[in-house]
Amino acid sequence: MSAILSIRDLRKSYEGGFEALKGASLDIEEGEILALLGPNGAGKTTLISTVCGITTPTSGSVTVGGHDISQDFRAARRLIGLVPQEINLEPFETVWNSVRFSRGLFGKPRNDALLEEILKKLSLWDKRKSQIKELSGGMKRRVLIAKALSHEPRILFLDEPTAGVDVELRKDMWEVVRELKADGVTIILTTHYIEEAEAIADRVGVITKGQILLVEDKATLMAQMGQKQLEVQLSAPITAIPEALSSYGLELSADGAALIYTYDTRAERTGITSLLNEVASAGLVLADVVTRQSSLEDIFVGLVAGEQS
Amino acid sequence: MNWTAVASIYRFEMARFFRTLMQSFLSPVLSTSLYFVVFGAAIGSRIDQVEGIAYGAFIVPGLIMLSVMTQSISNASFGIYFPKFIGTVYELLSAPVSFLEIVLGYVGAAATKALFIGLVILGTASLFVDLSIAHPGAMVLFLLLTCLSFALLGFIIGIWAKNFEQLQLVPLLIVTPLVFLGGSFYSISMLPPIWQKITLFNPVVYLISGFRWSFFGTSDVPVVTSLLAIGGFTCLCLAVIWWIFKTGWRIRS
Ligand SMILES: Nc1ncnc2c1ncn2[C@@H]1O[C@H](COP(=O)(O)OP(=O)(O)OP(=O)(O)O)[C@@H](O)[C@H]1O
Ligand SMILES: [Mg+2]
Repeated sequence: MSAILSIRDLRKSYEGGFEALKGASLDIEEGEILALLGPNGAGKTTLISTVCGITTPTSGSVTVGGHDISQDFRAARRLIGLVPQEINLEPFETVWNSVRFSRGLFGKPRNDALLEEILKKLSLWDKRKSQIKELSGGMKRRVLIAKALSHEPRILFLDEPTAGVDVELRKDMWEVVRELKADGVTIILTTHYIEEAEAIADRVGVITKGQILLVEDKATLMAQMGQKQLEVQLSAPITAIPEALSSYGLELSADGAALIYTYDTRAERTGITSLLNEVASAGLVLADVVTRQSSLEDIFVGLVAGEQS
Repeated sequence: MNWTAVASIYRFEMARFFRTLMQSFLSPVLSTSLYFVVFGAAIGSRIDQVEGIAYGAFIVPGLIMLSVMTQSISNASFGIYFPKFIGTVYELLSAPVSFLEIVLGYVGAAATKALFIGLVILGTASLFVDLSIAHPGAMVLFLLLTCLSFALLGFIIGIWAKNFEQLQLVPLLIVTPLVFLGGSFYSISMLPPIWQKITLFNPVVYLISGFRWSFFGTSDVPVVTSLLAIGGFTCLCLAVIWWIFKTGWRIRS
């Protein structure tokens, strides 16, 4: 597969001299869903704003569908839909006119049937004649999504689309995202909810302090998360793992007082029962048993903490 | 050219105007009527004629210009400042549109609104005084150029302004005095000689003089000078706007 969006060594210094992006590079495949995770102020919004043309990069290059975002800005921007983090809407305009405006702004001919379909999908059809200021926060966020979808983008940026949205609605939005993916739309979303990335992303990227630390298949990350550890604490420390237990791939803790067994929770047999039996028959006395599981959040927190220390 | 985008911006801006159509219509009618009561009746009873024209009729071109200039500026400056203020400007910046298309949409809408108000004032005035227009073609040309150039100026102010106070500042401190001192309600020839000279530095004098010529065939300064002045002013505004979008000044961080 070829990259539909290619970011190369992107740097951005704001007016005060603060460098919000320090050489970020990222390739996004056509049709994938990429979740971008990172703490507040990591540079997620800056990255998106730069790709979309809202801020100008200090250096580096971005191509969208092969079009350079500055030399060939029209062709590049036509492919992109943006749902910004802040709710920015003209308060006195109606939902319908706002969405229609967005479509026209991107140079697309009028298509009321399509707009109707989008509004219905986002449960906004009943509100089409309401002024935006009469809508609730969650509805306004959906208007932003409707505006971005109105011009049929091939790439959709969702900057924290589910912030301040209730659980029910969040699930609905995930459904919309999945449908878009089925239509071949490439989606990049930022979020602070790890479970959101787990639920819908194909790949996960982690960004801190203006640098991309990792971009990994969610499946690979999930496989790491699927690993569980069983720690068998012994009443008396030992110096070596008994020969009888060699088939379990055990690790001995540094002080010799615990055996660590790593297993896959999704495997048919975890081997815990037989391990514990054999530990007993090897003459070792158990003091306690502890299990641990790493989540995407652990991996994420570990990465960010590691970077900051 | 992305004409669909130009039309979309234009339509969106005009919608704001139509939401308050009654207000937009009534306020110029009311203020024009007041001007006629005060200037036409009170002063007009003392000043009978200026340059052979009844005073009531003489002030009509100035009145129209006064409103058209202030309306063009306030409509265009508000039109572009508001999206910056509420954040919807992100959409303009991320859309496949060039600066020319954005300017055409916003300035076109602002100029249209000002033109509408200018025509309402002309209509209202004709109820009070006998008006005949000597050069209708030139009248329309002057009116259009004034709407356009002052809407361009308003657009620049809207981009420059960082808050609502600044948005009001230029119209209040510069434009209104220039218009009042630009011969809206009197002929330059009525001033002492020294003030006649000073007044020639006021660009608005040229616009009002030219516009008045299109009504009555008499002017304070040659008509060609008026046309050159307004043409030059339009070009200057265009150049500033071109620079703003090239550098992203105060719109793109
Ligand atoms: N217009 C600006 N001028 C100066 N600094 C800015 C500007 N916008 C953002 N920054 C700074 O750049 C850094 C990155 O900001 P950005 O908004 O990209 O973070 P983020 O990852 O989106 O954070 P969050 O999760 O809170 O949305 C922050 O330190 C922020 O203070
Ligand atoms: Mg952000």
